[in-house]
Amino acid sequence: MNKGRIIEEKIFKVLSAMAAYSLIAILIFIITIIFIKGFNALSFDMILKTPKGGFYYGGEGGVLNAILGSVYIAFGATIIAVLIGLPSALYINVHLIRMKRTQNTIRYFLDALWGIPSIVYGAFGFAFMLFIGMNASLLAGILTVSMLITPIMVRTFDEVLSTIPIGLQEASLALGSTKMETAYKVMLKQGFSGFITAVLLSFGRGIGDAASVLFTAGYTDLIPVTLDEPAATLPLAIFFQLGSPIPEVRERAFASAAILTIMILIISIIARLLSIKYSKSNFK
Amino acid sequence: MLFRRFLLDRVSTIWMLASLATILLLPLIIGVGLYLKAAPLFEHQSLTELLTSSAWKPSEGKFGFWPFIAGSFYVTILSFVLAAPICLFSAIYLTQFASKNLIKVMHPVIDILAGLPSVIYGVWGVLIVVPFISKLAPFFNTSSSGYSIFSGGIVLAVMCVPYILNMLIEVFNTVPIGMKEASLSLGATFWESVKHVVIRKSYAGIISAFGLGIAKAFGETIAVMMVVGNRIQLTHNPFDAAYPLPALIANNYGEMLSIPMYDSALMFAALVLLVIILAINLLFRYFIYRAQRQ
Repeated sequence: MNKGRIIEEKIFKVLSAMAAYSLIAILIFIITIIFIKGFNALSFDMILKTPKGGFYYGGEGGVLNAILGSVYIAFGATIIAVLIGLPSALYINVHLIRMKRTQNTIRYFLDALWGIPSIVYGAFGFAFMLFIGMNASLLAGILTVSMLITPIMVRTFDEVLSTIPIGLQEASLALGSTKMETAYKVMLKQGFSGFITAVLLSFGRGIGDAASVLFTAGYTDLIPVTLDEPAATLPLAIFFQLGSPIPEVRERAFASAAILTIMILIISIIARLLSIKYSKSNFK
Repeated sequence: MLFRRFLLDRVSTIWMLASLATILLLPLIIGVGLYLKAAPLFEHQSLTELLTSSAWKPSEGKFGFWPFIAGSFYVTILSFVLAAPICLFSAIYLTQFASKNLIKVMHPVIDILAGLPSVIYGVWGVLIVVPFISKLAPFFNTSSSGYSIFSGGIVLAVMCVPYILNMLIEVFNTVPIGMKEASLSLGATFWESVKHVVIRKSYAGIISAFGLGIAKAFGETIAVMMVVGNRIQLTHNPFDAAYPLPALIANNYGEMLSIPMYDSALMFAALVLLVIILAINLLFRYFIYRAQRQ
């Protein structure tokens, strides 16, 4: 009897350990495959040049247009998300701090918003674009992606803000500062590590998302200069190149995938480092 | 000076409120917007006909969404069956058995898995999963190009693991450690405590995490679209191709303006996605919210 229990314990412990370690294995598997395949076709031309004539038949050029397009879109969308998301998160944690019920209801809706798939945002963005007579452009892409990442930013930042003890706010208010000063000078400062994490998380999501920009940002071989020009994006560049029957172009899709993966990894590492740096500075 | 400070405070409060209101109203605006665009469709076909008919002939104005909805559910449920045990077991290991060092390593691993763009999973799927499935098919007395429901399910499962796992870890961490200790002190083994105390206590949370994972899988677009084959058909064979709802929207945006009613049909597809996913999310988030309050 006792032996059976111990064997059961051993079996399930090994089983669950295998499940946990398999995640590490999967991550390494995916990244190595992408890198091995990608580095074959990766060259400085890929990163530094825009597509030249015949690029999509295996000719010269690179995906600089898509890299920059993605960065522009993610950057613009992150700015909008900060402008809307930062005040919202502060409002929940400063003005509504005494109203736990309202706070929780708002968080509940924000969490549900997080679940809306990006293709729905893309379709809505497209419908909206047609409605106001806008063309597929950098601006339309930025607006659509900002809708997608704002809930993520609010919820991530809010998670950190909600752990700050209420006494800190009370002290600030007791000294005669207004709620706005408390929000931006005390809460934002205290939760700065969370803010950085939220911004970088949103930025990474903005760079990597394909479905929302598929209809709205368009696609072009040129680097966009103004907001009303269409913009290529890296995920879509990968997607389109992979659909090509020509082997050289498919190789380039793998190289583009490696570039995108490296960008995402760099953002993730920066987020981790900055978050460690700023959360330590609180204890000085 | 004082006046300026209060004026600033006023302006900032209004801006904060307006921002928050915009975010919270967004799903409503999206829903209404999509509905208005999809409305012309309802003049020709009833809602039940749209959802249950399998006749898809855009040029004749016939839009039956059933093959797409069925395809979506097939891929999603398959991915769930594959992902759920891995998530459950790794969440148990990470919250109950794992060493501090492993947890330190696992945090970035889960974050990076969750942060990888779906198109990267798609590329991985095309490179690894699709050839694997086409080689696997003969063992089941069938042939397959590899671009199939099975491939879609595997890729989706990998994508959903970090998402479900994060929620499960949170759920298991809320179980009071004293309860587990009580069980251990009564002579139960570690695994028995997990089985009878931790899992039972977080029952609602586990169901909710799984539900939200399904919702996430249901709306995933690019990665699935790259490996699932995109052929309109009703099939039971997982080695056959399918055409999920998000892929329908993403694949046809180019020609949707040239065929009458086609754009309405695609917007209707987006609306169906939004409604299903938002409903699942609201329902299961409510479970979590209730469980946390107790």
